[in-house]
Amino acid sequence: MRTRYSEDQQAVAEAFGDLFAREATPETVRAAEAGCGFDPGLWRKLVAAGAPGMAVPVTDGGGGASLVDLAVVVHEWGRRIAPVPLVEHAVCARLLGSAGAQRELVTAVSSGELIATLAPGPVGPDGTARLVPAGAVADVVAAKHGDNVVVARARPPGAARPNTADLPLADRDLSDAETLASGAAAAGAWDRALAEWKALMAVAYAGLAGEVLAMGVAYTKQRHQFGVPVGSFQAVQHGLADASTRSEGARLLAFRAVCAVDAGRADGARLASMALLFGAESGRFATDRVLQYHGGYGYSAEYDVQLYYRRAAGWLLQLGEPAAEVARLADADLGPKAA
Amino acid sequence: MDFTMPARAEDFRAEVQQFLAEHLTGEMIAATRDGTIHSPALHRAIADRGWLSGAVPAELGGGGMDPVDLCVLLEELQLHQAPADALGVAVVAVSMILEHGRDHLRSTVAPRLMSGEALACLGYSEPESGSDVAAARTRAVRDGDRWVINGSKMWTTLAHVADYVLLLTRTDPDVPKHRGLTFFVVPLDTAGIEIQAVETMGNERSNATFYDDVVLGDEWRLGEVNDGWTVMKTALKYERGIAGGQFPSPPVIEAAVDWARRARRADGSRPIDDDEVRHKLMRAMIDVEVCRSFAYHTAALASEGAMFGVEGSMTKLFASESYKKHCAWFLDMMGAEGLLTHDDPGAHMDGLIEEHFRHAPVTAIYGGTSEINRNLVAEGWLGLPRSRS
Repeated sequence: MRTRYSEDQQAVAEAFGDLFAREATPETVRAAEAGCGFDPGLWRKLVAAGAPGMAVPVTDGGGGASLVDLAVVVHEWGRRIAPVPLVEHAVCARLLGSAGAQRELVTAVSSGELIATLAPGPVGPDGTARLVPAGAVADVVAAKHGDNVVVARARPPGAARPNTADLPLADRDLSDAETLASGAAAAGAWDRALAEWKALMAVAYAGLAGEVLAMGVAYTKQRHQFGVPVGSFQAVQHGLADASTRSEGARLLAFRAVCAVDAGRADGARLASMALLFGAESGRFATDRVLQYHGGYGYSAEYDVQLYYRRAAGWLLQLGEPAAEVARLADADLGPKAA
Repeated sequence: MDFTMPARAEDFRAEVQQFLAEHLTGEMIAATRDGTIHSPALHRAIADRGWLSGAVPAELGGGGMDPVDLCVLLEELQLHQAPADALGVAVVAVSMILEHGRDHLRSTVAPRLMSGEALACLGYSEPESGSDVAAARTRAVRDGDRWVINGSKMWTTLAHVADYVLLLTRTDPDVPKHRGLTFFVVPLDTAGIEIQAVETMGNERSNATFYDDVVLGDEWRLGEVNDGWTVMKTALKYERGIAGGQFPSPPVIEAAVDWARRARRADGSRPIDDDEVRHKLMRAMIDVEVCRSFAYHTAALASEGAMFGVEGSMTKLFASESYKKHCAWFLDMMGAEGLLTHDDPGAHMDGLIEEHFRHAPVTAIYGGTSEINRNLVAEGWLGLPRSRS
């Protein structure tokens, strides 16, 4: 049992930490908000670095890294709320390979030449998946349609539905999607992909919370009121301490979930779902405290806290209602409700 | 990075579960209703199995159990509600004695504590000093090669069943508070000691202990004169390894699930089919997994030989605060029935949830209050300025 990064993982964290700090600045994030919440230049740099397909098996044209190694990169992505659909893409790339998609499609997605995503919600009777994460920019959309896992390849709309978090959400027509897998195989592959998405987004939330708390600490040390740093007031200290405690707990649970999903353990899906729910709640709490301790500036568009505040709300809701996720957990743990 | 317990630790878990199946009885758990969270038979059995001495660090002469195994032991004890409050105290006391004690304490007290034959309790808090522990006023005055002790201690839990108290005293009142402290190991049958029960809301018995011209030889001194704060820091360090307290909620959650399945509402429906009940149960289970993640993380750090500090504060803060929340949720869930104590024949599971509801507040107070832990996180983790002297 080792709950810290290995030396290799530490090196990966530093390399991608540098890349995101350089290429996904708050200015980049704001610029992407003016468009559809996507930065094509950043995506190309991630492609050059091999990130989009890093956790796809080598035989499918990927980098052969583990889900845990990918999570190390996702943590850095979350810290910079970088405007590229890294998690959706990486999870969909692994799904396509394991569900036996055409080789040409798998390799094009693994390389990042095509952008892929998955629609976590149900596909409507008219074949439309609504508010698909990265739907504005994805060339490839995978979804669960009835008992099948389906995949559609189409030109992305390039425009997002305007939303709180400036995420590239868009509706996608999947009526022409082809079936990749059916029945039990489809259910297994889809559940695994969703568990991967949840666990990785939980890690992203840990990155987001860690970064916003660092922002809060820096600001409250430097900002003086009543002749002393705001951060010397115990009311402020205790709010930040509570937020840090929850965020550290969320980080540990998130990586524990990634490890369990990666190892194919029976409790993987349960931990992934729990990690995401707790991570989102902790992320929202941390952004709320830090915005509050910035005073009026936290509310201003000029400061970066608001960028994090809005994403902390948005990332989880891409999955649907949080209460519905809790209900699914309850069904698995407690048994279904009586009719 | 790998959060999976090693196979060796899982084998050990099975061994602990087997041990508890053999040695922990329902009567032992029920007997704690008298207020003493200690079972002499269980304590001796744990010591006989080598787990008490095993929990003492190897560099001090203990068994040096791997911290991951120790974590599993503490997890299982808590999940089974084993009354083992004296175990942690004994391990801390032995560790302090082996690190700072001289021949007398090492040869007489340490072996008796390690074998489970004798028990220790902690005499840090006083009526006028709790979190500000270095402000202790219990006075020890040197008289030739003897010491004379006068003062009083508060929250000396287990003193009424213990053989020794680790006593924090003031030996120099004229220097800054941290520099005038000295530790002693005091046999509780020494003349001049009085033990009075302190009743609590949770039925748990604690004690106030009074020291009236207690005369003690210098061989009972632990550490150097006026260097008691160094000893105290050692105590806090060892406490982190054996603290436990990460798993107070699971028995309450199990009881809540049981109730929600059995109870029937006026309309005939089961609470377990109510969305809000299900929501609360799952939120509580999520908190338990957060606690487990903290517990495994700190154990893994210790196993690597890395010293952790603030992580222990975070774990204790999160576990105790979430436990209080869960107890309140599940008390509410049961309505008026939730109020029934174990004296009522109709109380669900002998009033387990109600008992936990009354016990929970103390967990956010003893062993470092939530406020002190938040201070430690703010200073040690976030690097914010210290807010007290």
